[in-house]
Amino acid sequence: MNKSTSWFNITSLVVGFAFLYVPILILVVYSFNASKLVTVWGGFSTQWYVELVHDQAIIDAAWVTIRVGIISASFATVLGTMAALVLDRYRKFHGRALFSGMVYAPLVMPEVITGLSLLLLFVAIGFDRGFWAVVIAHTTLTMCFVAVVVQSRLVTLDRSLEEAALDLGCPPVKTFFLITLPLILPGVVAGWMLAFTLSLDDLVIASFNTGPGATTLPIKIYSMVRLGVTPEINAISTILISVIAVGVIAASVLSHRSQVEKEKAERAVFLTN
Amino acid sequence: MAERWTQDVKPFLAKWALVAVPYLWSLLFFLAPFLIIFKISLSQTAIAMPPYVPVIGSLGDFWAKLSSFTFDNYIFLTEDPLYYSAYLSSLRIALVSTILLLIVGYPIAYGMARAPKSLRNALVMAVILPFWTSFLIRVYAWIGILKPEGLITVALQWLGFLGPNEQIHVYNTEIAVFIGIVYSYLPFMVLPLYAALEKLDATLLEAAADLGCPPTKSFWVITFPLSLPGVIAGCFLCFIPIVGEFVIPDLLGGSETLMIGKTLWAEFFNNRDWPVSSAVAVVLLIILVVPIVIFQNQQKKA
Repeated sequence: MNKSTSWFNITSLVVGFAFLYVPILILVVYSFNASKLVTVWGGFSTQWYVELVHDQAIIDAAWVTIRVGIISASFATVLGTMAALVLDRYRKFHGRALFSGMVYAPLVMPEVITGLSLLLLFVAIGFDRGFWAVVIAHTTLTMCFVAVVVQSRLVTLDRSLEEAALDLGCPPVKTFFLITLPLILPGVVAGWMLAFTLSLDDLVIASFNTGPGATTLPIKIYSMVRLGVTPEINAISTILISVIAVGVIAASVLSHRSQVEKEKAERAVFLTN
Repeated sequence: MAERWTQDVKPFLAKWALVAVPYLWSLLFFLAPFLIIFKISLSQTAIAMPPYVPVIGSLGDFWAKLSSFTFDNYIFLTEDPLYYSAYLSSLRIALVSTILLLIVGYPIAYGMARAPKSLRNALVMAVILPFWTSFLIRVYAWIGILKPEGLITVALQWLGFLGPNEQIHVYNTEIAVFIGIVYSYLPFMVLPLYAALEKLDATLLEAAADLGCPPTKSFWVITFPLSLPGVIAGCFLCFIPIVGEFVIPDLLGGSETLMIGKTLWAEFFNNRDWPVSSAVAVVLLIILVVPIVIFQNQQKKA
């Protein structure tokens, strides 16, 4: 690799990551701005955070969002893991093409279509718009992401362990919980977290399916943004960004550590043999 | 009997349930809604709750009511130039921003794939992290930067490129929409490109260099063709959702930018015209069927 290309690489990385991170950084810095004007720096202050704590509407919206996120991510993880197992294990059955289509299509489907079509289903079957409608909508959207994440883990799985358990007379369902699930657990956990943050993040699908008393945080933030840029929005955004950043980094450190430990254990087994 | 249950029937039931549960969920909550949206796009608008006159109540009066199917909503879409130009403008914006994403994303992915191995995982993490933080917040961050009295104007005034009373007018234009889209979708472009570039065998480039091929030529002859699967995956992963994008044109594009996602939203939430918004969605879906099918085949191969 010659010098000129490696300079090119470093420059493109630095510029690229600056582009990704500077806007977020500015957002965070201005949440500590004493001035009400978002672009004029008026000194350091935490007053917008104090105001946030006293804003009941935002606290209610945050609770709704967290509850929707936890419930829908849990449903999505179960369904998505099942879908990944089906796609990985059952190569031939009637309707497999349709099934894999339904699993991958929501990944790219524009949200306005998914949101509107689900709402029309709920109206058609007489299901009330609101909390549970949003939960079902988010489960449907995020189970596809879980399926993709878990499937990539299943592909690298060593099947001989499962086969050994089955040969020794362990029933398939028990084999799954004793052997397969612990092995794919990092993928399942990552899938749950991805589903949770996607649910936390969604504005469009939630807007179509929400009802009275089920205003989620993105819907609330969106209505505030429409009225103008305020430091209070910067403050909520900063809290959300830090919660997610800490969660994602912790999860990746944990999965990295378990990977390192696994490799160590494998090496030990190899040496003792 | 009991033995037969545990040996034959139970595993069969377990396998059957494993397939059936996610299958039925997807059929009910993903596929069935599309049939309903199609049905409602064929009904007449009514000022009621829900605001449409159902065409088919039950299967029984299906044939009786078949005559009352109306393509009025679709005809309406062709009569009003608003919809026609919104579809075209969405496709144009999606195409231009996908090309921009490729131009911006390729050097980043290339730099990541050529970075020392120990750094690569951290770099992938750094690309994914903004993707985990809220889409809405990331778009909102740009409002404060691009507004006429925003940070770009302040910075340019401070540097002396702009007079104290001059302002940059990017906010509420298509340029702001392009910036927002490239910013928000960048991880979707960079990650597939990186996955393809990382697999690339470096010895091929060394062989080319040894045989006297200049680096620029070996990029176009070796690197780029071998990264094509990543290019294709990244482009579809960005293009398809961008066509129906709502949040970015709504918050950054102002009234000047016409996109079909925005039109559908306005039709549904402001005009409360469900049949027309369903027709808008059906047409959008028909436009996107071809790219979605290509994307799916690509996914299956991967």
